[in-house]
Amino acid sequence: MITKDEVINLITKKIPNSKVSVENLKGDDHLQVTVTSPEFDGLSLVKQHQLVYSALKAELASELIHALALKTETPN
Amino acid sequence: MEKSIKDKIQNLINSSPVMVFMKGTKLMPQCGFSNNVVQILNSLGVEFNTFDVLSDFEIREGIKEYSDWPTIPQVYLKGEFLGGSDILIEMYNSGTLMEKIEIELAS
Repeated sequence: MITKDEVINLITKKIPNSKVSVENLKGDDHLQVTVTSPEFDGLSLVKQHQLVYSALKAELASELIHALALKTETPN
Repeated sequence: MEKSIKDKIQNLINSSPVMVFMKGTKLMPQCGFSNNVVQILNSLGVEFNTFDVLSDFEIREGIKEYSDWPTIPQVYLKGEFLGGSDILIEMYNSGTLMEKIEIELAS
């Protein structure tokens, strides 16, 4: 299993100026992740999500994270 | 990725203007995220084809590499990757999904 803190660390390592919140949807391998970062400015939604996915590539491939509901935002 | 798999994926993507790679079928989705996409497209009255990745391991893994997208479902519009479940839901809620599909299908 993977802890919320590990997920937050992986994402903030990839996207340093981001705010990350993680909620369990059902069980520890179904996560709801929200990432807020100015890095997303000007990127398409697909590119924004790809950036976050790239931080969690190994964990998704190994199904350590089985399901990930992702929301990306730029700060207002 | 082997060329034969890539060709197969491209043929599938081009087989319909709106193509969904999902777990299960339209009538029997095998995953909540895949079901979300089917329900959204159905509610918009959009015609679409689906491919069940559970029926073909090479496609299931290959499609993730093809689009640099690690999860299923994946929706393609006129050959372009549009997004997965989260993006479809977001576009549906903001009203931009139907607009985008109409524009692409008309062109």
